[in-house]
Amino acid sequence: MAVRTVGHNQATMNGLREKVLTLDTMNACVKRVEYAVRGPIVLRALELEQELSQGVKKPFTEVIRANIGDAHAMGQKPITFLRQVLALCVHPDLQNSPDFPEDAKRKARSILQACGGHSLGAYSNSSGIQPIREHVAQYIQRRDGGIPADPNNIFLSTGASDAIVTVLKLLVAGEGRCRTGVLIPIPQYPLYSAALAELDAVQVDYYLDEDRAWALDVAELRRALCQARGHCLPRVLCIINPGNPTGQVQTRECIEAVIRFAFEERLFLMADEVYQDNVYAEGSQFHSFKKVLMEMGPPYSTQQELASFHSISKGYMGECGLRGGYMEVVNMDPAVQQQMQKLVSVRLCPPLPGQVALDVVVSPPEPSDPSFAQFQAEKQEVLAQLAAKAKLTEQVFNEAPGIRCNPVQGAMYSFPRIQLPPRAVRRAKELGQAPDMFFCLRLLEETGICVVPGCGFGQREGTYHFRMTILPAAEKLRPLLEKLSQFHAKFTREYS
Amino acid sequence: MGQQPITFLRQVMALCTYPNLLDSPSFPEDAKKRARRILQACGGNSLGSYSASQGVNCIREDVAAYIARRDGGVPADPDNIYLTTGASDGITTILKILVSGGGKSRTGVLIPIPQYPLYSAVLSELGAVQVNYYLDEDNCWALDVQELRRAVREAKEHCDPKVLCIINPGNPTGQVQSRKCIEDVIHLAWEEKLFLLADEVYQDNVYSANCTFHSFKKVLWELGPEYSSNVELASFHSTSKGYMGECGYRGGYMEVVNLHPEIKGQLVKLLSVRLCPPVSGQAAMDIVVNPPRPGEESFAQFVREKEAVLSNLAEKAKLTEDLLNQVPGIRCNPLQGAMYAFPRLLLPPKAVEAAQAHGMAPDMFYCMRLLEETGICVVPGSGFGQREGTYHFRITILPPVEKLKTVLQRVKDFHVQFLEEFA
Repeated sequence: MAVRTVGHNQATMNGLREKVLTLDTMNACVKRVEYAVRGPIVLRALELEQELSQGVKKPFTEVIRANIGDAHAMGQKPITFLRQVLALCVHPDLQNSPDFPEDAKRKARSILQACGGHSLGAYSNSSGIQPIREHVAQYIQRRDGGIPADPNNIFLSTGASDAIVTVLKLLVAGEGRCRTGVLIPIPQYPLYSAALAELDAVQVDYYLDEDRAWALDVAELRRALCQARGHCLPRVLCIINPGNPTGQVQTRECIEAVIRFAFEERLFLMADEVYQDNVYAEGSQFHSFKKVLMEMGPPYSTQQELASFHSISKGYMGECGLRGGYMEVVNMDPAVQQQMQKLVSVRLCPPLPGQVALDVVVSPPEPSDPSFAQFQAEKQEVLAQLAAKAKLTEQVFNEAPGIRCNPVQGAMYSFPRIQLPPRAVRRAKELGQAPDMFFCLRLLEETGICVVPGCGFGQREGTYHFRMTILPAAEKLRPLLEKLSQFHAKFTREYS
Repeated sequence: MGQQPITFLRQVMALCTYPNLLDSPSFPEDAKKRARRILQACGGNSLGSYSASQGVNCIREDVAAYIARRDGGVPADPDNIYLTTGASDGITTILKILVSGGGKSRTGVLIPIPQYPLYSAVLSELGAVQVNYYLDEDNCWALDVQELRRAVREAKEHCDPKVLCIINPGNPTGQVQSRKCIEDVIHLAWEEKLFLLADEVYQDNVYSANCTFHSFKKVLWELGPEYSSNVELASFHSTSKGYMGECGYRGGYMEVVNLHPEIKGQLVKLLSVRLCPPVSGQAAMDIVVNPPRPGEESFAQFVREKEAVLSNLAEKAKLTEDLLNQVPGIRCNPLQGAMYAFPRLLLPPKAVEAAQAHGMAPDMFYCMRLLEETGICVVPGSGFGQREGTYHFRITILPPVEKLKTVLQRVKDFHVQFLEEFA
C-alpha cells in the first residue's frame, strides 16, 4: 500500500501544510532539465532591466539581450508580404482594402479556402493544412534540385522544437542498458539535452572539432558510439546544420560520411536544418540531408530513416513568436508514421498563423507577382546584413587577445573561445559556478551585455566559451563587440 | 461549423499582425489602442518575437484582472498566470511535473468517466496511473463525492493518488457543477491531499437557467484560509471555446494557486525549453479577457455578436436535447453547458453481438454504421469512457440550427432503422 508521509512540522505550525507538489515529489526527470538560453543568466538580465526601469544607477543604460536568436526583438523588420497575407487571413474584410496587393489577397483567399469554415480559428488537420503541406513538399523539391518530396511525409509543427520532441518521444524506449541512446553534438542547442532529460533517454555526446572550424568528424562519431554501447542502446544521431551555437556549415562529403555511418550503425538520423537560409561564408553551401541521402541512391535512399526539421523562426523571416515549422520524414516505418499522426492529434493542431507564415516562406511571390521585387529586396537586405554582422563579429573578436572566434559560416551566433586566467577559474569554483558562467555574469553586471556561457551548450573540459547572437542592430554591433572585448581584457588583468 | 469570429478580436489581431493598419480609418480607435498596448509589450514591437516563456506581461496582468472581475473581486496575482498553447498545453505541462514515483508509488491521477480524452492520452504517455471516477448519469452526470472517495480508496492499493482532475462545465457530458459540489470536492482534496486540476474551458458556455459557473478559484477562496492557503489548484481556460471559438490560434492560460515557489521556478524552466506560446494566441487571449467596455466604440457590436453566439448555442443545446429524447432508445441528459450532447444508446443485444463479431466496441460499431449510411461523424462513447455495458456517442451542437435539425432527424431515422435491423 502506497503511503505518503505528511510533515507535521514548521509548515503546519504556520497554518500551512506540506504541499503535494514539491521538489521532492515532482517528476525527477523534469528537475534535471536545463535550458541555458533562458536560464539563470537571463533571469538576472531580467532583474537588471527591472532595476533600470526603476531608476537604479548602473554602468550601462540598457541590457543587450544577445542571448537568444530572436531577430525581431533586436529590430529586424518582418517581411511585408508575409504580414500582409497573414493580416488578410486574420481579417478577411481587408480583401476590400486598396492597401493590399492582389497577390497577397489571392494567397490569403486560397489559404482560407482550405480552412474549416474558411477561418483561421478552426482547428486544422493535426499534420497541418493540406495545401500548405503540398507547398512545403514543392519547396523541398525545388530546393533539392528536383528530388521529390511527398506531402504525406510532411508534418507541420509548433516551431521545429515541437517536431523534434515528437520524434524523440517515439524513439526513446527500453530499460537499463537497453535504454535508447541519442547522439548529440557538443556544443549543442540545449533543446536536445533538455528533451533527453525529460524523456529520460541517454545523452551520448560527440565532440565537434574546434580546431577545424567545428567540423564533424566521423571518427569521433564512432568513438562516441562505441563508448555508448557499453551502457545504452544508441539508436539516434542528431545533426544541427548549419550548427547552433557553432555556425559551421557541413560539407557535402561530411554529410555523405554521416549518412553512411548512420546506415552502417543503424541510427535514425535527425537533421535540424532551421538555419538553412543562414549561410554566409564564401565556399560554404547548404546541402540538405534529404538531398544528399537521395543522391546516394540505394540502399541509403530507400532504407536510411531520416527526419529533417525547418522553422519560420530563423532565416530571413525571424517569425519566432508565430511558432511555425515542419518536419519531413523519409523511410519511416508506415505503422510508426501512423503512431506519429496519432501522437500529434492529441494536441489537435499547430497554430494556424504559424502555418500561414510557413506557407509564405515555402511559396513566396514569383517573379511575375506584384510583390516579388519588394519581397526579394527585403529578404536580400536581411541576409546581407546578417552576413556582414557575422563577418564583423568574427573579425572584432579575433582582434582581442585571449578571444578566438571560429568563422561564423552560418546560423546566427558566434561561439568564441575565451582564455580565462587560473585565478578566475579558481574564484568561479569557489562560488560554485562554471568559469564561463562566472565570466558572463560579471560581463552582464558591468556592461549590461547578456550572452550565454558555453557550459550551457557543452564544450571540451577545460575550455570556456560564450554564445552571442549576431543580431544587434548593425550600428550597435561593433561598439558591443568592442565593449565585450575590453571587458575581457579588464577581467584578464584583474585575475592575473 | 460556420460560427463567425468576433469582429473586434480579429480587428485587434490584424492590427497586431500588420501595424501599418494602425493608420487605416477602417479600424476603430479602441481596437487600435489594444493593439498598440500589446505590440509595445512585444520585443521589437512585433508578434514575431519570442515572448517571455510565461507569456507577455501585460497580457498576464489582463488575465489576472479578468479573473478578479469574474470572481467578484477575489484577487488574482499575474505572477500565478501562465499563458499556454491552448489549454491542452498547460494541462500537459502540469501533469508532467506532477507524475513521479515508481511501482506502487507511481502517481495516480483521478479523472472523470466520461472524460475528454486528452487526459487519458497524456497519462498514458507519461506512464502515470489513470484512476477513474464515474459521473452519475442518472443524476445529470453529477459528480458524487462518495464515488470520488471510493476511487481514491481503491487507488491507494496500487498507486499514489495525488491529482484530481475536474472538467467543469463537463466534456463530453455538459454538466455544470453546483457550488456545493465544488465545495465538497475541495474539502476532499484537502483531506486526501490531492492537487486539483480544474479544466474550465467551457466557463462561458452555460445554458441552463438554473445553472451557474462557479470557478474553483473563487469557491476555494471563499472557503476561508484553511483551504485557500493550502489546497494546490491549477485552473485552465482557452480561446477555443466560449463565444470566441478561436481554436486555430491555440490560445490559453492557467492560473496556479498555492504552488510551492520552487515548483513555479521548475514550471517556468520547463516552459522555457519550448520558448513561448504562440504570440498571436496570447493576443487573442488578451481580447477575450479584456473585451470592449461600456462606453467604448466597439462595445455595442461586441455584445451583440457575443450574445448572438451564446444564445444560438443555448438554442441548439435545447434543440439537441429535445430531439434526441424523442428518439425511442436514445436518452439524453440536459445539456447544461459546453458544446456536446452525450446521449445514451439503448442497443439491442443482437447489435452488441454483431459488434463483438466485428471486434468493435458496440458504440463504435453503431457510429461507423451511422457514418457510412448518413455521413454524420460522431465519436463513440468508448472513446470517452462509460460504465460497463452502457453505450453513448458524443455529438457537437455546433452546426447551424437548420442543419442541426436535419442532422438530428437523420440520426433519428438511422436509429429507428438500426433498432429494427437488430430487433
